[in-house]
Amino acid sequence: MSFPSTDILYPTDSAELEAVIGDALANHRSLEIVCGGSKRALGQAITTDQIVSLSELTGITLYEPEELVLTARAGTPLAEIEAALEEHNQQLAFEPPDWGPLLGTEMAQSLGGIVATNLAGPRRFQAGAVRDHVLGVSMVTGRGEAVKTGGRVVKNVTGYDLCKLISGSYGTLAVATDITVKVLPVGEKTRTVLIAGLDEADTVSVMTKALSSSYDVSAAAFLPCDLTAKSGVSYVSGAASSITAIRVEGPGPSVEARCLALRELLGAHGDVEELHFHNSHRFWQEIGNVSPFVEEAGQVWRVSVPPSEAAALVQKIQNVCDAEFYFDWGGGQIWLRLAGDHNDGGAKFVRKAIKNGGGHATLIRASEDVRSCVEVFQPQANGVKALNHRVKQGFDPGNILNPGRMELLIGTVSDAD
Amino acid sequence: MEMPEPDAATIARRASILDELRRIVPAASVIAEEEGLRAYECDGLTAYRQLPLIVVLPETTEQISRILRYCNEAGVKIVPRGAGTSLSGGALPLADAITLGLGKLNQIVEVDYSNRCVVAQPGVTNLAITQAVEDDGFYYAPDPSSQIACTIGGNVAENSGGVHCLKYGLTTNNLLGVEMVLMDGEIIRLGGKHLDAGGYDLMGVVTGSEGLLGVITEVTVRILTKPPAARALLIGFDSSEAAGSCVAAIIGAGIIPGGMEMMDRPAIHAVEDFVHAGYPLDVEAILIVELDGPGEEVEYLVGRVDEIAHASGAISVRASRDEEERLLFWAGRKAAFPAVGRISPDYYCMDGTIPRHKLSEVLKRMAEASDRYGLGVANVFHAGDGNLHPLILYDANVPGELEKAEEFGAEILTLCVEVGGVLTGEHGVGVEKRDLMETMFTEIDLMQQQRLKCAFDPAQLLNPGKVFPTLHRCAELGRVHIQGGEMRFPDLPRF
Repeated sequence: MSFPSTDILYPTDSAELEAVIGDALANHRSLEIVCGGSKRALGQAITTDQIVSLSELTGITLYEPEELVLTARAGTPLAEIEAALEEHNQQLAFEPPDWGPLLGTEMAQSLGGIVATNLAGPRRFQAGAVRDHVLGVSMVTGRGEAVKTGGRVVKNVTGYDLCKLISGSYGTLAVATDITVKVLPVGEKTRTVLIAGLDEADTVSVMTKALSSSYDVSAAAFLPCDLTAKSGVSYVSGAASSITAIRVEGPGPSVEARCLALRELLGAHGDVEELHFHNSHRFWQEIGNVSPFVEEAGQVWRVSVPPSEAAALVQKIQNVCDAEFYFDWGGGQIWLRLAGDHNDGGAKFVRKAIKNGGGHATLIRASEDVRSCVEVFQPQANGVKALNHRVKQGFDPGNILNPGRMELLIGTVSDAD
Repeated sequence: MEMPEPDAATIARRASILDELRRIVPAASVIAEEEGLRAYECDGLTAYRQLPLIVVLPETTEQISRILRYCNEAGVKIVPRGAGTSLSGGALPLADAITLGLGKLNQIVEVDYSNRCVVAQPGVTNLAITQAVEDDGFYYAPDPSSQIACTIGGNVAENSGGVHCLKYGLTTNNLLGVEMVLMDGEIIRLGGKHLDAGGYDLMGVVTGSEGLLGVITEVTVRILTKPPAARALLIGFDSSEAAGSCVAAIIGAGIIPGGMEMMDRPAIHAVEDFVHAGYPLDVEAILIVELDGPGEEVEYLVGRVDEIAHASGAISVRASRDEEERLLFWAGRKAAFPAVGRISPDYYCMDGTIPRHKLSEVLKRMAEASDRYGLGVANVFHAGDGNLHPLILYDANVPGELEKAEEFGAEILTLCVEVGGVLTGEHGVGVEKRDLMETMFTEIDLMQQQRLKCAFDPAQLLNPGKVFPTLHRCAELGRVHIQGGEMRFPDLPRF
């Protein structure tokens, strides 16, 4: 994706960013905040007067493996951070996915981008999302003021936890300049148990059985038969049936024992196979990166519901439109690809299937046109929506930071019939 | 510690406020007599006492909504209160405020095993959540030491931790959803049984907001399967440096223990005299390292930690052989506060967090300060996450000692911040550390935090006088200051 020909500003430190935002506030100019631009296609489509890139704000400034903390400037490429962590057998435990291929961009992800979007991979239900790992943030608010929150220690309740607020705020409240995250050890070993042939209702109860066991499962996903062929892991692509996958990680002897125990626990439900290091790693990368939908056209939704409602929800949607799906997070996250091109992105089918307040659906892949007129994020109850507005007002009173990225400003296509 | 000047006009119309409250809740749920109010005059920070204007004990979310709406319209302040176990004065009453006790909302609403969560009212105790699910092999992970008494609503307000939080997280990492009432009476729901709702993570900022943003009326928390095995190692060292480097080596080896606690010599001796846990007395520091999880994992990790301990210069290493011995190792640590209470008429419990490698520096400077103030100090330390609990020994009956202990405490917390740590790891700011906030934050930082408060409670009626040293009016905070107004930035590279 290339940027439009608008001027792009590249602040190199917090003071320059303060000046950029201060000027924009004074001159009523809106700013789109990017780094490489890998996530410009996420959220509502927006146009602004100016683009500000954080790609000159890079570098790891503190990494103390024995303290489990790392601080880096917001524009630091995620790959650079992951490489530094790998040297000490550590990782970002929320398993940041790479949706670049899904969204059709080859730009590298930055730490700031992954924090702004609060993305998390298959380990989410066990290890938490980005928001659970951000310990401190230095930022410049929409008031053009440098503010810091949190610290560099893993346990801290001093003042409001603005780290949570910034995580997943899509750059609409403040622009992070430095971010401190908690890092964790990589398990010595990883194994994935595969169970073949379950349907979508049975798989949720099998995944629940595994997740309720004492075997400390770190990922649980389900690929229907149609999607298994797309996997680069031969055990999966050659399965000719649906695949339910359960992952365990940790010290070697423990992983081997738990893997064995899970095979026994779940063996009665179907044929069992297991994936070791490379295959396991590749499989979960495909699940996190939404690889099954990369090659196929069509609007893609991410739905989060209580796992027990996953199967019925998919059934409801498939009754009214042609859709493919797979489950992650033990059924708590459903990936949907709709066939055909819906003017509303399929919002009326998808959102109607969710019980009121019982989950949320986000339109992840759709054309800019669709993302300009459909609510990408789950519409909120009025009281919460008003509160969100007041929070935004406190940080960005001029509405100059990524205005409209998280909320449709005009011309909503109604979800209702 | 100075609290805001009580509003005489509010106190003068106490009778009409009482009438209004009695219209909303049954008369028996309103406490107005001095002897009844006395039970609410302080929380776990007992050095501060104040009779509330009135105490009201609602039974439903609807009643809370009506109370808050009325107070918002009438300009009456509210102090929310769970079990009153806060160690930072978070539930300290105000002379011109209603204390809103949530103890009557004490029901577990739902246990949902298929989604591995529990829905509970705010007055349910932390331990009661575990008790509701333990027969089925589950538990609720955060376990603050007051868990028998403290309520889940209070845990959300304070973002409570416990000895297992390095591995299992604080309240915020185990909370899925809340129902809360805003100061204007609006009832909202954030999160639910699903994960990562869109929009701003308001649940994340409400957690740990110390009762300043709203009143929690229901929570949904995740429950975990109880680890099938647990063993603890009791390790003695001849210096706190050696103990500290052992902790670093364990974590550096990729091991995250279920619990990792350190105690210094004064704490060890106080505890051993009290509970006879079999702690070595010829050491400067002990570590209790607990490994939990599947049996094979625990056995394997006990062996690894044993090796690391010896390599780090441990004088003695004992691994628990059975459950009884494991509990005995913990009995000492868990009795640390009352044990210190036996050797000193009063003690003042601090709660800073430091980068772990600064431990010996902090302990050394703390010992110097201890001599200077003439007050003893014993240390217990959540070693894995750097959360230090110095217990300052003093006698409140000696004039001036409380003030001296507070001054010493403030010096310790300032030291924590100076070495890169924070004022509070798990007890909260409350009134206790309010006036130290400026050691950690600039005025601009604090004003931005207060703008969040203004989004929730623009009249600032909820728990005023806590957390923030200076109260700014929301109208003042909302002003936009524009400097210059012309492009001051011609030199930045552009294309």
